[in-house]
Amino acid sequence: MAGRVLTLSQTRSPLASAAEQLRVLGRIPIARGFDEALAPTGLSPLTAQTIEVLQINVGKLCNQTCRHCHVDAGPDRREIMSRDTMALCLRALDATSIPTVDITGGAPELNPDFRWLVRECAARGRHLIDRCNLTILLTPSHADLPQFFAEHRVELICSLPHYRAPSTDAQRGEGVFEKSLEALRRLNAVGYGNGTSGLRLVLVTNPVGAFLAGGQASLEAEWKREMLRQYGIRFDALYCLTNMPISRYLAWLVESGNVEAYMERLVMSFNPVAARGVMCRTTVSVGWDGRLFDCDFNQMLELEVGERGTAHIRDFNAAALAGREIVVGPHCFGCTAGAGSSCGGATA
Amino acid sequence: MNEHYYDKGDLAKFPEIGKNCPDLSAKFFDWYSAVFADGALSAREKSLIALGVAHAVQCPYCIDAYSRDALEKGADLDQLTEAVHVSAAIRGGASLVHGLQMRAHATRLGM
Repeated sequence: MAGRVLTLSQTRSPLASAAEQLRVLGRIPIARGFDEALAPTGLSPLTAQTIEVLQINVGKLCNQTCRHCHVDAGPDRREIMSRDTMALCLRALDATSIPTVDITGGAPELNPDFRWLVRECAARGRHLIDRCNLTILLTPSHADLPQFFAEHRVELICSLPHYRAPSTDAQRGEGVFEKSLEALRRLNAVGYGNGTSGLRLVLVTNPVGAFLAGGQASLEAEWKREMLRQYGIRFDALYCLTNMPISRYLAWLVESGNVEAYMERLVMSFNPVAARGVMCRTTVSVGWDGRLFDCDFNQMLELEVGERGTAHIRDFNAAALAGREIVVGPHCFGCTAGAGSSCGGATA
Repeated sequence: MNEHYYDKGDLAKFPEIGKNCPDLSAKFFDWYSAVFADGALSAREKSLIALGVAHAVQCPYCIDAYSRDALEKGADLDQLTEAVHVSAAIRGGASLVHGLQMRAHATRLGM
């Protein structure tokens, strides 16, 4: 798995297009469609409940180019959220009592208005999550972020596929593991992950290959033991996420000849209990340009909420969104396989 | 009838072994599931043991199943490879330690 990874956009891959990804997914023979799998659970059609999380994707710019990235993020991407669009997100928060704001990217910290958004959300008393790739904390212009995060009580959800270097570097780039450890040490140093400060530090592991994620509780115990024993690092929780068959991970599945077997595995591992807890039922996802989606994955597949082009943060209507029918497709099996997978880890 | 002894597709058909003997098969699969649950050993540790044993008994179905299972349980390729070395070391050591039996026997026979 060696070699530098470029974005699909940079290499002008057909799979850079959401329409092409949907076409490829639609062609894979699967035993049953997602709606069909959902029907016996009484959850079909899948509908949203109260909005508990406003997830804001502030852009596709990233300092890393991970092999499995569902955003096709990278240093060459220029799509980032403007401060005006962020202000519309804040207006939506002011009009509602949505308790949690979940900021993601790309590397969200690379958006020049990231700190402004964090301050504004914190001033509104909302629980704040930043999805951090860790290595960004070592860049000179972001070295003060651990302190900034601590001051604003931001929960950090950080990617680390494995507690050993080979798998982590294979997925995220050469040298990323060592940099990630250093970033975690800096976060520990300001109080993150010690279990008493309230500064919550979550690690996220996702499979480095074409297989499902392991049992979250079992892995968390082992990870906590090994991270402390081998590196002296503490954290609060481990989330196990399944890789979604979209964007760069889909491209890798196709290239490696794993795509059909992986989809079959997702479909055969459908778990009704996991389906009940899928995050899209309690989340609204805002794209860098202000468009609204059911989740970050639908965002990357450009499967907008409701009528195409009509759902935008400027027209945010919490009551209408709360009862909406969620747009589903074969990729949704990624969130319902095995123990389930969501931005908050396993769902079953 | 297959023209070869092993068929990759047979792994997914494993439950069919219960068709003519459902009670015993159910007992086996229930026990099997219980064996691999988290206990005094973690599910991951058990999966690596299974992978090592799969190599010792040279079962291609088990090797396929537990390569993937160990990865899914959070082990990496280095750890899977070490598990196979453990298996190989025991197999090799088991052969070699029988050399003492050979030596004792040869000594008895020799002058």
